[in-house]
Amino acid sequence: MTATDSQAPVRRPATDVDRRQVVKWGLMAALIFSFIAAINMPVVLDRKVIVEGVLTLGMVSLLWVPIVFGYLAAKEDVLEGMEPPQKGARDLIAGLVAGAIGGTGFALFLILINTVDVRDIFINLGPQLVEALTFGRGAPAGALLWIVVGAVLGIIGGGLHVGSKNVRAAFVWALLLPLILANMQVIVEDIFQSLSLEWVFDFLYATRGGLTVAGAVIFAAIGALAGYRSGGTGVTRVRQHYASLEGAKLRRWNIISAIIILALIVVLPMLVGGLANEILATVGLFLLMALGLNVVVGFAGMLDLGYVAFFAVGAYTTAVLTAPTSPTIQPMLTLNFLTPEGWLVMGAVILVSVAAGLVVGTPVIRMRGDYLAIVTLGFGEIVRITIGSIATQPLFGGANGIRQIPSSELGPIVLKGTNSQTIFYVVAIFAGIAIYVSWRLLHSRIGRAWAALREDESVADSMGVNTVNMKLLAFVIGAILAGFAGMIFSVKVGSVFPQSFALLVSIIILVIVIVGGMGSIVGVMVGAAVLIGVLGGPTQPGLLAEVAEYKLLLYGAILVFMMLKRPEGLWPSVRRQRELHQEEFLQDAWLKQQAGGDEAENEDDQLAQQAERDKGEDEQKIRILEPEE
Amino acid sequence: MSDATPALEFKGVNTHYGPVHVLKDVDLVIYPGELVCLLGGNASGKTTTLKTILGMAMPSSGEVLLDGSVITGHSTTDIVSRGISMVPENRRLFTRMTVKENLEIGAYLRDPDDDLEPEYEHIFDMFPRIKERLGQKAGTLSGGEQQMVAVGRALMAKPKVLLMDEPSMGLAPLLVQQNFDIIKQINEEGVTVFVVEQNANMALSIADRGYVLQTGQIVLSGTADSLLANEDLRRAYLGEVE
Repeated sequence: MTATDSQAPVRRPATDVDRRQVVKWGLMAALIFSFIAAINMPVVLDRKVIVEGVLTLGMVSLLWVPIVFGYLAAKEDVLEGMEPPQKGARDLIAGLVAGAIGGTGFALFLILINTVDVRDIFINLGPQLVEALTFGRGAPAGALLWIVVGAVLGIIGGGLHVGSKNVRAAFVWALLLPLILANMQVIVEDIFQSLSLEWVFDFLYATRGGLTVAGAVIFAAIGALAGYRSGGTGVTRVRQHYASLEGAKLRRWNIISAIIILALIVVLPMLVGGLANEILATVGLFLLMALGLNVVVGFAGMLDLGYVAFFAVGAYTTAVLTAPTSPTIQPMLTLNFLTPEGWLVMGAVILVSVAAGLVVGTPVIRMRGDYLAIVTLGFGEIVRITIGSIATQPLFGGANGIRQIPSSELGPIVLKGTNSQTIFYVVAIFAGIAIYVSWRLLHSRIGRAWAALREDESVADSMGVNTVNMKLLAFVIGAILAGFAGMIFSVKVGSVFPQSFALLVSIIILVIVIVGGMGSIVGVMVGAAVLIGVLGGPTQPGLLAEVAEYKLLLYGAILVFMMLKRPEGLWPSVRRQRELHQEEFLQDAWLKQQAGGDEAENEDDQLAQQAERDKGEDEQKIRILEPEE
Repeated sequence: MSDATPALEFKGVNTHYGPVHVLKDVDLVIYPGELVCLLGGNASGKTTTLKTILGMAMPSSGEVLLDGSVITGHSTTDIVSRGISMVPENRRLFTRMTVKENLEIGAYLRDPDDDLEPEYEHIFDMFPRIKERLGQKAGTLSGGEQQMVAVGRALMAKPKVLLMDEPSMGLAPLLVQQNFDIIKQINEEGVTVFVVEQNANMALSIADRGYVLQTGQIVLSGTADSLLANEDLRRAYLGEVE
């Protein structure tokens, strides 16, 4: 299929290291090392034990650097028509050198801050930090140890290229699984307790936090085995299998996965304790909002940076209608989801959200892209400032907000803010409705109209799509979902303040949508679970409560990384993945042909080969039909 | 023929973009089943004419009539649903959607319960290639195939009047010829076609009648043959120098 067989491939010698690349990634490693140390991360995260007596999260925050950069330094692009470079010594050398450069840079940094006092500006950069980072040996000697550490870990990183895909996955998962499970201690502990398996837990986890050495070894072994078996493509394969399903099979899959997810949602909160439930409730709340924003940004393609405004509108509507401390209007309704009084509150939330959606939507409907983003950004701030201003104090309580928002009820069950479990169930119900609604919309005429609108507004217009109404509809649906989230939020927290509705909330919801996968409902679910579950919301803690002060840094880093390496998101809609990675797709197909003839092992290969064939045909046809184009 | 109700008619239409006077007192008549072309150079108001028909540009005076009833001031959605569809300039497919999805959008305004199979069959008959490429991203198609999809997309709406904006633009000569053959074929199947085009020779070779637009004014009109024979037109548009 490719016309490369006749050309003599160029074989690069096994020891030929790309020097520029190695130096580049080595220096980058030194920079990242120093940056992480400079923001005091290793010291702050030292509290979090990963493996008892061996490893803390503080150390992990540094140790990943040489592994990852060693891997990058040894990475070699395989070019079509050229023989792939031989694996072996060159990968190890590249990793070693890059790691050593990184370690050297870091050592110099440590020696520098030990000799020059810069604490007037950088408070953290002092002898204490040096002491903590030099293995207790003092500046020059201990700092130089980093060169060795960097080199050794760099070899591991570079060495990842040497083994097969399965070995690599085994190695990576042997490292990742213990790390992940150590951080999920809260949840694991509660589950084992509920199942009366405390003795297993005590064996795996240390009493004062972190895994025991035995636990770490067991988890590493499980991780290695799972990684080896799946070859690191388990999720991709499941997704591709899912994408290839049709008709009755697809329906069966949907039903089975829906039942599993439903069972998890019902059972999990019962197994885990208060803190984990708090996290679950937060995840659910942000998921609800992210689903709403996904309709606006992902489906209709309008960048809304003021989404928090609708969240605030829902929260304040509920507060005014139910709280006894609401300054002027005090209907003191009870938010019972099964009585007319509760429906009145929900109706009001919907009504006010729709009104807010129309108020923002109508003036900005003719704007596109950047302008839309800026105007919505402004609107979000206007709402926050308005509800906190003195002028509206008689209505919203100004900066003091509205307190003592009563619990809501579901029939006879009282949903208390202090009991996150009940709140989680309510959130789950609303999120379930939101998922159903967005799924139905996506696969309807409206979803198609949104897709067209996102692609080319004026052509969509000329096809008869009522662009104004469609945009408003997206805005309004997004507003309603955020309004519901606000309603539950006000009940959960029991009070609302203007500060709770800062710009940051909008940004974090947007990051969830982008990282999860724009326009992908499952992606948004994954994004909310990963980001909010692990890092936490703007003010709410996640599983990694220790990283609280670095939360925004991590959000930013994740966003940048995703934009560069996986712009389609963690769990993209099939269409977006196709859009963004067609070239890699083709290259993979070519590599597989090189490796193993034409046997297509799974759908992955078949799809890729199909794409390759299509491309080949296209090129031919272009040559035949359009010599001038 | 002149007794019949025109399929499309401009009565003294003036259109402004802001203060700029683009269409000046334009009168046009297109009878059902006709293939009429509108010729003109750059910035002569050709695309504006189409936008005025679709309600995407509002005339400042005058009326546009479809089947004898005024559509001036109606929304684009309403006008399109009355049976006008357009193949835009440069094709303008939704490049990141599949060919199938592009076609579906074409039928956007039709009753959701309508059976679209006949239209698909019709389009696949006309362009067998499209059938092979239904699942492919429209942006990965070649220029010629994109033109086929663009025409197919417009036909999905089962239009009474088909508007074509510069169908020859950006295509190789061989494909331009094919494209005009297709336009002729669609017209012969009973669809009224209004082609806006710079390539006067090509357009007049298939058209029944033509209008010539110059800086927003109709300066010449007549049957295709008479226009082809017209000295002024030959000089201005067919590149003939005495």
